[in-house]
Amino acid sequence: MKPLVQLYIQQFKTTLAMMFQYRASLVIWTIGQVLEPLVYLIVWSVVANSSGGSVGSYTTADFAAYFIVLMLVNQVTYTWIMYEFEYRVREGILSAALLKPVHPIHSDIADNISSKIITLPIMIAIAIIFAFAFHTSVAPAPWAILAFIPVLLLAFLIRFILEWTLAQAAFWTTRVSAINQSYFVAFLFLSGQIAPLTLLPHAVQILSLLLPFRWLINFPVELLLGRLTMVETLIGIGAQFGWLIVSIVLLRTVWRAGVKAYTAVGA
Amino acid sequence: MNYFRIFLAFLRVSIYVETAYRINFIIQLFQSLLNLGMTLGGLAIIFTYTNLLGGWQPYEVLALVGVYFLVGGIIRLIIQPGMEELIESVRDGTLDFRLAKPADAQAVVSLQRVEIWEILDIILGLGVLIYALLKLGEIIGVPQAAEFALMLTAGSIIIYSFFLILSTLSFWFVRVENILVIFQSVYEAGRWPVSLYPGWLRYGLTFIVPVAFATTIPVEALTSRLNWQTLAGAIALSIVLFIVSRIFWKTGLKRYSGASA
Repeated sequence: MKPLVQLYIQQFKTTLAMMFQYRASLVIWTIGQVLEPLVYLIVWSVVANSSGGSVGSYTTADFAAYFIVLMLVNQVTYTWIMYEFEYRVREGILSAALLKPVHPIHSDIADNISSKIITLPIMIAIAIIFAFAFHTSVAPAPWAILAFIPVLLLAFLIRFILEWTLAQAAFWTTRVSAINQSYFVAFLFLSGQIAPLTLLPHAVQILSLLLPFRWLINFPVELLLGRLTMVETLIGIGAQFGWLIVSIVLLRTVWRAGVKAYTAVGA
Repeated sequence: MNYFRIFLAFLRVSIYVETAYRINFIIQLFQSLLNLGMTLGGLAIIFTYTNLLGGWQPYEVLALVGVYFLVGGIIRLIIQPGMEELIESVRDGTLDFRLAKPADAQAVVSLQRVEIWEILDIILGLGVLIYALLKLGEIIGVPQAAEFALMLTAGSIIIYSFFLILSTLSFWFVRVENILVIFQSVYEAGRWPVSLYPGWLRYGLTFIVPVAFATTIPVEALTSRLNWQTLAGAIALSIVLFIVSRIFWKTGLKRYSGASA
């Protein structure tokens, strides 16, 4: 365990140094992360205003709260591994990582957490400004706040492991962009990033219950908005644990096969 | 038309190269359709709850989606690839080869790379636009069509000049390769009429990152919402920005010393 802790601390220092080197990318990246939920926030607010102040169970202020919390949940759980992994395989950089005595996923998790530690305060500040600008607030019950922390952590882990597994498609093909994009489109609709899931057609809602996406975004968001009962929360946590197990099994299977298929192109 | 012949030459090279990777066509088609499907899906959801979005009818927003794809395709077909190449070549010094060509260097740099499969987005965008206009049932008179063509041209020139100004920053600050990514994420906001957005954002999308000129304003011309002030303003801005970008290019080029050559 001790070497792993050291690895995380070292990776944190490295990531920190790199992020200060590339400050501009940080700004650019933040704009992207903020703008998308902001656009949907505005569009849905306009819709709510024009139909008497609410759509379904969401008032204008509820939409604002939904998309602001969504922005934060998305920020915490977000990964960029699918862009990076293809490059590592194509350029043969992965070879060096394979020689290390720990699984390469650890340095990726450490890198991800490190950069989140830096960007999260910025996002929280933006969220607070938005909350004032769009006259909204959240007032969840104390138990919901308490439950939110493990739920968010589980969402991060599942999303990280799933996307890390999917990124390994790069072992078999260098044309991963089509795969990635299909994943993002499914994610966008079924995780609740385009609209709160309760506003989607019934069939899509059923589908979203069977897939992991809603448990990664929509579930934590609705929990913090105080829209879930305790029973619903427990069911959601159960689903999260289920998907955690599935994603770990997938990761192990795919990784074992993938490393065999890896030919270190370019190295 | 000397520049047109340069463009055709680069286009021919691009076609030669890409026909060797024909599977890219299928992949690009798949991704374009997926993107379009996603956008239309989002619209469909929103219009089940309302029939007027900020004063825009469903088929007017659909026309906007068409223009969004059309202009996005133009940007990724010819504007962005050349600018990416420019930034890269300033960094590694290969801009020398472009400067040695017996034609205006800005033209060569701007036309040097064509991403041919992006033409799919242009075709899809046109298809969606025509379908939306047919459904709108409004008769598009010659004045509207002319205004639309004029605004689309002005918008493209504004976007091109914006890209060129950003890219020439690489003459002063070498590491700017990420700067063009800003545009991609901001351009997404152009899928919706900018009139929906609160003042500060509308202002930003008009004057800081000129997305509004590329998408909303051409559609406003088609749906007869455009007043002559906006029309004149867009034309004036396109001329001014084009000149400013030319000045940026000339001034920047004086600083270029050929990094590794």
